[in-house]
Amino acid sequence: MPDKAAIKILNEKCTGCGLCVKACPFGAISMEGKQAVIDLTTCTFCGACVEACKFNAILILMKEEAKADLSDYKDLWVFCEQKKGEIQSVSFELLGKGRELADKLGVSLCAVLLGDGMEGCCGGLVARGADKVYLVDSPKLRNYQDDPYSKVLTALVRKHKPEILLCGATTMGRSLISRVAVKTRAGLTADCTGLDIDREEKLLLQTRPAFGGNIMATIITPDTRPQMATVRHKVMKESEPDAKRKGEIIKEGFPEETYSSRSRLIDVVEEIEETVNLAEADIIVSGGRGVGSPDNFDIIKELAVSVNGAVGASRAVVDAGWMPYSHQVGQTGKTVCPKIYIACGISGQIQHLIGMKSADIIVAVNKDPDAPIFSVATYGIVDDLFKIVPALTTHFKKILGK
Amino acid sequence: MKILVLIKQVPETTDVKIDPETNTLKREGVKSIINPFDMYAIEEAVRIKERSGGGQVIAVSMGPPQAMEALREAISMGCDEAVLLSDKKFAGSDTWATSYTLSQAIRKLGDYSVVLCGKQASDGDTAQVGPGVSTHLDIPQVTYIKKIEQINAESARVERMTEEGYEIIETALPAVMTVVKEINEPRLPSLKGKMRAKKAEIPVWTAEDLLCDEEKIGLDGSPTRVIKVFTPPPRQGGRVLAGEPEAVSKELADLLKDVVISS
Repeated sequence: MPDKAAIKILNEKCTGCGLCVKACPFGAISMEGKQAVIDLTTCTFCGACVEACKFNAILILMKEEAKADLSDYKDLWVFCEQKKGEIQSVSFELLGKGRELADKLGVSLCAVLLGDGMEGCCGGLVARGADKVYLVDSPKLRNYQDDPYSKVLTALVRKHKPEILLCGATTMGRSLISRVAVKTRAGLTADCTGLDIDREEKLLLQTRPAFGGNIMATIITPDTRPQMATVRHKVMKESEPDAKRKGEIIKEGFPEETYSSRSRLIDVVEEIEETVNLAEADIIVSGGRGVGSPDNFDIIKELAVSVNGAVGASRAVVDAGWMPYSHQVGQTGKTVCPKIYIACGISGQIQHLIGMKSADIIVAVNKDPDAPIFSVATYGIVDDLFKIVPALTTHFKKILGK
Repeated sequence: MKILVLIKQVPETTDVKIDPETNTLKREGVKSIINPFDMYAIEEAVRIKERSGGGQVIAVSMGPPQAMEALREAISMGCDEAVLLSDKKFAGSDTWATSYTLSQAIRKLGDYSVVLCGKQASDGDTAQVGPGVSTHLDIPQVTYIKKIEQINAESARVERMTEEGYEIIETALPAVMTVVKEINEPRLPSLKGKMRAKKAEIPVWTAEDLLCDEEKIGLDGSPTRVIKVFTPPPRQGGRVLAGEPEAVSKELADLLKDVVISS
């Protein structure tokens, strides 16, 4: 008897050709004699072998779920993040993509906004493409907190049943939406860089990087609703505001218990430097060991300031204490996706490349012509960064009339 | 105080590639390690125990039998005990099913004050399992913690990293806490620790041991499905700018001009 969710080789049909062994992306199939054998501890039931088998010898048994209920769910929701009463730009990016997807599905695009005194912002969300705005306004929702935000969003989802729910892959979004997904028994895909609609099946196709971006995976949520995904900041294009758009504002309120929290926000501390918000920056200037000393970082900072950019750093530099951890780009630091990433004196170890290689334009300045950073660079300069960086600063100042 | 640490065994490098001819993952010679972010969680758990002068740290991992190695390493770093959750029925679990399975183990272990884990795993990078576990257990959570300012049996005061800086949060315990690299520097295992790890008996708990609802584990319990795996298109070949520093800088500034102005 196979397990309830099972993959099965039909021994009478298997010819031992080995095509499935080659097709398995996870190395889960091996040949024992003239039969394929699947290692269930590594198999993810992705179905690559089923497609590859020419003899229909592999079956994945999926349980027939109650698909009928899914038709109750409609509309595409975007959770709009606000901080200090200001809508975060990732929300406009989600509304841009959300509009496109909602049109493909022929459903309404709805913005969800939680906060305190946020009514004045709803018009702006309509202008950015929302047909409806669900607003929950309460002093208890002034700042993000896990408990009240997840309870309110869960309650909204249960009440209105959206088909799709998108959220920014930010520290707020990733903490919030994971809780809502578990509570509503919904599928959730993290950190998507691509979203599309399978028109026939009316499914959200969610594409995301894995293994530090070395592999891409497309994921669906076939049998549960809403289909939830977080989307990386700076990947989708912001929608342009159109003040003439019309939309409906729907105010929602919940019993007091819904706003209660077991944790308490005591204080919000913003780092004083303006050059630290790597997630928001269109341009990042990063320094590595080649910068030589903490004092030398001044030229990196000056270049960043000249282009209104942020300062990044390699792990080596952070570990040496030259720069705070909040600046670290890479596997154990931040993943960034700016329009321009200028790497100065960074050799480009794989752990660093993971964090920045999806930038639109990568510039590498390094004395070592063999530095791996050049393999991902759009423009490479093999020279002393102490000559190049100050000269670049001067040119950019001129260009921007500073 | 009983502290639980959730760890995941991951490939040492994320530099895995798909062989374009066979369409398989090239994984020859790739070593398995403890997810780097979980190393900080282990260290923090041991430090909390040391500071409070008593208590117990238990490492928990869900994975194939070889994940036992990761648990032994956790013991060598100072964890008192470890449990492996391993069952063929767990295969194909996404973050929903994984966090459910882990929460069942946590319920079985019982009477805990804190559940610590890394902010995310370096292979999947989802950051969903920590919050998932707190939700299944219906306890509070604080994510992206860079410092635990103070902790006792009832509550903790922590610093939570955000895009702009950090927040100071006070939370009731028990709670799930996910940590970032800045929180500490993990120690190397001591010789004594290694000896203890070698001898430690690590129980293996199955779906049955955990009283799992079979509809919530493995593939059946996972709402998401991977339908395609592929290698991203390689970056366009780069251009080397050569010449005198002044001229090269001007050339580069001109090339970037439009983007810089529009940013």
